[in-house]
Amino acid sequence: MTAVQPQLTETPPDALEVGTTATRAVKGRSRVPWRFLGSRALFYLFTLWAAITINFFLPRMMKGDAVTQYLARNRNVSPEAADALRALLGLDTDKSLFQQYLDYWSHLLRGDLGVSLLHGLRPVSEVISQALPWTIGLVGFATIVSFTIGTVGGAIIGWRRGSRLDGLIPITTFLSTIPYFWLGLLAIAVFSVNLRWFPIGKAYGVGVRPEWSFEFIGQVIHHGTLPAATIVIASLGGWMLGMRNMMLTVLDEDYITVAQAKGLPNRTVLWRYAARNAVLPQIQSFALSLGFIVGGTIVMEMVFSYPGIGKLLLDATNAKDYALMQGVFLVITISVLVANILADLAYAFLDPRTRQTEA
Amino acid sequence: MTTPATLDIRTVERSSGQTSRQGFWGRLGSAFAMFRNGKSITGLAILGFFVLVAIFADVLAPYSPTAVDHTARFQPPSAQHWLGTTHIGEDVLSQVIHGTRGVIVVGFLAAIIATLIAITIGVISGYLSGWKSEGLSALTNVFLVIPGLPLIIIVASMFEDPPLWVIAAVLGIIGWAWGARVLRAQTMSLRNRDFIQAARANGEPLRRIITIEMLPNLMALIAASFVGTVTAAILSLTTLSYIGVIPVTTYNWGTILNWASAQGAFQQNQWWWYLPPGLCIAAIGVALSLINFGIDEYVNPRLRSAGERARAMKKKGLNVNDAVTAVRTEDTTHTTRPEEPTA
Repeated sequence: MTAVQPQLTETPPDALEVGTTATRAVKGRSRVPWRFLGSRALFYLFTLWAAITINFFLPRMMKGDAVTQYLARNRNVSPEAADALRALLGLDTDKSLFQQYLDYWSHLLRGDLGVSLLHGLRPVSEVISQALPWTIGLVGFATIVSFTIGTVGGAIIGWRRGSRLDGLIPITTFLSTIPYFWLGLLAIAVFSVNLRWFPIGKAYGVGVRPEWSFEFIGQVIHHGTLPAATIVIASLGGWMLGMRNMMLTVLDEDYITVAQAKGLPNRTVLWRYAARNAVLPQIQSFALSLGFIVGGTIVMEMVFSYPGIGKLLLDATNAKDYALMQGVFLVITISVLVANILADLAYAFLDPRTRQTEA
Repeated sequence: MTTPATLDIRTVERSSGQTSRQGFWGRLGSAFAMFRNGKSITGLAILGFFVLVAIFADVLAPYSPTAVDHTARFQPPSAQHWLGTTHIGEDVLSQVIHGTRGVIVVGFLAAIIATLIAITIGVISGYLSGWKSEGLSALTNVFLVIPGLPLIIIVASMFEDPPLWVIAAVLGIIGWAWGARVLRAQTMSLRNRDFIQAARANGEPLRRIITIEMLPNLMALIAASFVGTVTAAILSLTTLSYIGVIPVTTYNWGTILNWASAQGAFQQNQWWWYLPPGLCIAAIGVALSLINFGIDEYVNPRLRSAGERARAMKKKGLNVNDAVTAVRTEDTTHTTRPEEPTA
């Protein structure tokens, strides 16, 4: 991928091709922006450490004890078994806090997240890995659809400024200011209860076993349409407004006038010149809004009782299942970080300036 | 030197109270210039309405929000109950009116806390340079990246019955990062402008440079991040109340929806119970984003002028995007590119 530069027509080697010593220096360097990537990697490692440390301290600050809650639900557990359970969960407090912290890290590095009391002492990693595909599949798909429609739509609205399309902006903004859970509940009331077009909640029908068959996949799509549609409707406005505002700013730049003066077709000016530069802040805000998107997931899964990671967190919080809570929070944070890294890579790929500041 | 001259002016201003007061109001007016447009004023009016409702909730509400009337359960709107009743005969209108209080208090308190942190961290990290600045910036980014709502859910479940100010504080502490990031970027660009360089060369103390020279130039961004945080805090509060993480002892619009959802109002089409609270949240959200639209157009005049310019050209029979080619066929009476907005 090269820098965004107007292509010159075929001419004998001219001064721009040959360039100065600076041009040679830039060309001689590798195309991979190592310093940019390195500083980002350092930042992500730091954030990961901060998240894990917060994660360690959170349950230890809380009132109420997971084992006591568990005993309240299961009467026939002997006191010895209760002590063993405490030791198993790392809740015995005769160790120093620092020792507990070290133990926590060593467990974590071995991929051991503890056992979940809520799910019959099954390993937390197993419980989470069952819920994760549902969330990533549905929310990932809906977010990408919403980002694409919003960005492309915003570019077109910005390009055709002053036309009737401007009226779309207040509508999508209104849809993104109403609380998501209310939108979801309304959608259920209208489309599931009254019109009976879609089933109420859940990822697939009651009594159906997950399998790779057309029937089951069809059912998953049928159940997932309403949640996905509400996510797209609720988040579209932000992307559209952001892209439109960036387009209005970019379209006033001189290089757009130059491109038009050269007689380039409008389509080239719109997508290759204006939109390509306007999309950069969009990608940055995409990375930064991932935390909010994850928050929305929790609400969506509660409203539609979707068997994903957000519902797992809510159930764990209600039952004070610390190991599961910690595990879910860790997985959520790591997936946000991974998505951020992907957005960073896309940014470095699209914006030549990240490569040029290497000098 | 100029110092004696400025001293003279100050003494003159102080001696005549009239002019100094006008100067003060004038300066106050220009500090809030970003609100002086139709969109912002409409938004502020709607917001003001809700603030008044919150203040005078006791006078306005026809019933107590918790008054139970078993003879009137699940009533649709009527003359006695304008917005109907709940499953145990509580008046929905009174609940919505009293619910305004929690929403407004938490929204503004959280935004004040978040904005104070954002100004402190953003301006300091933008003004300084080197590892201190980078460190504060990294801290901001950590708070941006860590998912907020799951963290709030876990923290809120620590408290048995959290009072409103605790919720507001948690929302504020988690929500400052975006504002700090924006303010840092703007401060970094202000730092190298001539008037700041001049102030520094004059030997003005750092505190004065930041409060007198910089803050007035950051007011629009501070207002925008304040409004944004109010929106986020109100949405978070109602969402948390709906989820049931915040106990239902104090009424706000989220808890009303929690009850409505738990009692199956959405399945039984009791629209008078679930529509008003949601519409109120949407109305306040629209008001706040109108205010922010106004501020955006004040900060970046192109956002407003682009549409007006394009419409003006359309009237002349020109298309904005064909501007350059169109001029060759036209007389020179048409200017292809209107003058840049003066604002």
